[in-house]
Amino acid sequence: MSENLTLPAQQGSTDPTPTETLLEVKGLTKHFPIYGGFPIKRKVGAVQAVDGVDLTVGVGESLGLVGESGCGKSTTGRLITRLLAPTAGQITYAGQDITHASRRQLAPVRSEIQMIFQDPYSSLNPRQTVGTIIKSPMEVNGINPEGGREKRVRELLELVGLNPEHYNRFPHEFSGGQRQRIGVARALALNPKLIVADEPVSALDVSIQAQVVNLLQKVQQELGIAFVFIAHDLAIVRHFSQRVAVMYLGKVVEVGDRDSIYNRPRHPYTHALLSAVPEVEISDESESRERIRLAGDVPSPIHPPSGCRFRTRCWKAQDKCATEEPPLVQLSGNRAGHLTACHFPEDPTTEARDEDVVLDPALKALEEDQD
Amino acid sequence: MLQFIIRRTVGAVVTLFLIGAATFFLFVAAPSDYASLACGRDCSPARLEDIREALGLNLPVAQQFWDFMSGIVVGRDFPDGHCAAPCLGQSFYSGDMVWDTIMDRFPLTISLTVGAMVVFLTVGIGAGMLAAYRRGSAIDKVATGASMVLSSFQIYFLGPIVLLIFVYSTGWVEDPKYVPFTDDPFGWLAGLWIPMVVMATIFTAQYTRMARASLVEQLAEEHVRTARAKGMPKRYVFFRYAWRGSLIPIVTVLGIDLSSLLGGGVVTELTFSLQGIGRLAVDGAVNKDLPLTMGVMLVGAFVILLLNILVDIVYAWIDPRVRLS
Amino acid sequence: MTTLTKTEDAPAPTGPESFLSVRDLRVQFSTEDGIVKAVDGLSFDVERGKTLGIVGESGSGKSVTNLTILGLHNPRTTTIDGEIVLDGKELVTATEKELEQLRGNKMAMIFQDPLTALSPYYTVGRQLSEPYRKHTGASKKEAKDRAIQMLEKVGIPQPKVRFDDYPHQFSGGMRQRAMIAMALMCDPDLLIADEPTTALDVTVQAQILDLLKDLQQEFGSAIIFITHDLGVISNMADDLLVMYAGRAVERGSVKEVLRTPKHPYTWGLLSSMPRLDGDIHTELTPIPGAPPSLLNPPSGCPFHPRCAFKDKVSGTLCTDVRPPLGEGRDSACHLTAEQKQTIFIDEIQPRLR
Repeated sequence: MSENLTLPAQQGSTDPTPTETLLEVKGLTKHFPIYGGFPIKRKVGAVQAVDGVDLTVGVGESLGLVGESGCGKSTTGRLITRLLAPTAGQITYAGQDITHASRRQLAPVRSEIQMIFQDPYSSLNPRQTVGTIIKSPMEVNGINPEGGREKRVRELLELVGLNPEHYNRFPHEFSGGQRQRIGVARALALNPKLIVADEPVSALDVSIQAQVVNLLQKVQQELGIAFVFIAHDLAIVRHFSQRVAVMYLGKVVEVGDRDSIYNRPRHPYTHALLSAVPEVEISDESESRERIRLAGDVPSPIHPPSGCRFRTRCWKAQDKCATEEPPLVQLSGNRAGHLTACHFPEDPTTEARDEDVVLDPALKALEEDQD
Repeated sequence: MLQFIIRRTVGAVVTLFLIGAATFFLFVAAPSDYASLACGRDCSPARLEDIREALGLNLPVAQQFWDFMSGIVVGRDFPDGHCAAPCLGQSFYSGDMVWDTIMDRFPLTISLTVGAMVVFLTVGIGAGMLAAYRRGSAIDKVATGASMVLSSFQIYFLGPIVLLIFVYSTGWVEDPKYVPFTDDPFGWLAGLWIPMVVMATIFTAQYTRMARASLVEQLAEEHVRTARAKGMPKRYVFFRYAWRGSLIPIVTVLGIDLSSLLGGGVVTELTFSLQGIGRLAVDGAVNKDLPLTMGVMLVGAFVILLLNILVDIVYAWIDPRVRLS
Repeated sequence: MTTLTKTEDAPAPTGPESFLSVRDLRVQFSTEDGIVKAVDGLSFDVERGKTLGIVGESGSGKSVTNLTILGLHNPRTTTIDGEIVLDGKELVTATEKELEQLRGNKMAMIFQDPLTALSPYYTVGRQLSEPYRKHTGASKKEAKDRAIQMLEKVGIPQPKVRFDDYPHQFSGGMRQRAMIAMALMCDPDLLIADEPTTALDVTVQAQILDLLKDLQQEFGSAIIFITHDLGVISNMADDLLVMYAGRAVERGSVKEVLRTPKHPYTWGLLSSMPRLDGDIHTELTPIPGAPPSLLNPPSGCPFHPRCAFKDKVSGTLCTDVRPPLGEGRDSACHLTAEQKQTIFIDEIQPRLR
């Protein structure tokens, strides 16, 4: 539990294969204004949903975005696809600045960046057949694949594991998992280079989730499509993503390759998040993990804490954390590309500590009584 | 809350002004004017000019509008006397002060609409509640069926039938008439209950169905189930938890219905030959009586806006989420 | 066609430690589309002070079972057969009045989404005090004191002030704490928690789960914990019941069921979810197909259309005969005990690494 910044380098040079950058996001910010006041309504504040996020996604790479509600991961996804216009910052796609690109300038890029949504029920038009749903992106973009659009749709249906005969069926004739496959087929219709998947499996039953995860993984690996995979389920993100960014209240607090984030996390929030994941104990040997119980909920993004935003729930917070915002940097001993925004980082391990970190007052009281 | 009321009041004043302007200029733009109507068939240009001058119609339109609107606030002087604020001008046709005429007729219209409202709110919501409480029972089926049939009973259809049966054929009831409530409450009710009930019928049917649907929806809410899971008795949960939530859509629709309610009042007055605001509105339009029409429009709009603010206050009373946001 | 209609013979009444006992429970709803067999021959016991986990997907009948225990089903459209005995009292045949005396008092429930499960129209304090006053006859003042004490116990800061707040003024985690406080107001012997943390963030979930465990130690209630999340159940429960299509398919202690599962459905659940420390190169093994419609459940073993191992069972046993679930540690599957063991060790366990 020391803030030592001089750990010996751990295989620092074997960084993940540097790939060509497909998407780069710098200082990405989205504030949703709040209006109010009297007698004339004016802007009285803003929900700081995303506040200065830097990210890169390589060609064919899968970047996981994790965090709890209000951390801005979904908003970030929508900004990348330009479904929302950013308040500030820069989005560069394949070398082209698309931050403020007009509709027309955006058109060719739009077909290359696709989105898969969380709810397979509301994201498909119930009055259109599956064929029409999957075909429409091609129509909108005036794309005429060889052999016609219908043939392409049938290929896509087969690719995502649906029967091509179902071309003329309506979404309500399908189960949740199958609908999500339709959503995947629609996203693939334009041969995208990047897919933003916003909680693509969280609305599905456990036994169905794996079907969709496997499908997405197949798509990613076989077609070489880059993914921004947004989810709150840390185990699924780990399974799917080569690199992972952890977000908290509109900021990236830690980003790095999968192994660094899950086995050598430095940010206290990453530690807390990982330790909170309930895991099935399949054997006694499952190594004992650290136990961190935070107090309270995530603060409101309307009035985020000053300095480090996590400090109000952090057990290591000191005065410095309130006044100085920690930069997102590579701490000594961390691998290249593993960046942490913390003044007093934790040791890079997730193993059990001598003493649990229990900040929740009710838990503390009860546990002291029972000891 | 206070801020909310102030804001709504300011909004209402602006709305009233806009309604006044729209009515005034539409009226002026209409093809025939009152002066030529009053002047008669053998009208000389000089006589027409006299009439126009007497009525103030010779002034620029903007000036006329300004005179009218400012009169509401500060009063006006006419050749035959002062008209104190709120002054709605002098009727072209009768020469009476419009404000006095409206105040004379208004109690009847208010009695009718408020009376009908009391009838349809109590009977409608009551029947809807009963139907929802005993969903699927005979009571539910009767209430639902009756409301289906009654919701097509328009005032101008039901009114004459009721008059024919209860007044003209059997003579069980006297011809509807207006007696001021302050003079004789029983006479007031005896004179007006038939128009009230006739007017309320179609609304009752609608509110029965709405209250039932809204309650059935509320009863399926999770917080209602929680209340039952706490061991609270069925009736308690129904009245405390489900009922309160079910009022929200009802109040919403009531707010929208307010204007059609006033419209229904007009139709009812005409059906039962009662001398209320409705009759005035028709007279104003037929006689090209600009001040009278303006007065009726503004007073009507004022009442509707006032009730709308009341509806919003009721909202806040029902739902603390509205109150505290 | 099913040749055995009543395969789960009701075992003999169990000892006094079994505080809640459900025997051969059948719950059917009549809908416009037909009869939904939501629960079909379910038996289980809950011991005092212990936690029974019920795990299953949507439509497995886990939530229906618990609404039925509380008697919160719609009596017009629901038919119930079987026995539910709570501390010696038969609940299926109990009158509404008798159930009202028990609900919120001897047995209480925590629902999934505290935002919709608490009334937006009344203060948190009022909603907490209400059942206490009804069941104990306490005065308004006494109920308020008790409510403030409970709010403090579950970790609501400034409970005296928050007593007068409305639920929408609480954060998600605080609301669920208030919900727990409400359920514990009358010190219930049985607490039913239906997906109590599913709507919460993961760090808040961890707080709430630990809180429930600690409170159980203090209050000694029996808990039925319903969830779809095996990780959560692994941390919470003593015993585990796996439900599929309205039936229990596997039962045992949590350790037994999660470490040496014996039913192909349990295997499927375990190997379709990734682990935080699992091998990232192991592909997930999903269960093919989708959960069945309860309007027309499959004949025989309800899992047979999705089962990868039905070929190992001779003849048409899986499609024709419903496999029984015996008492204690058992799984409702036609595979032999040796088959189950070899399949698990050879095929399933390697996937869980």
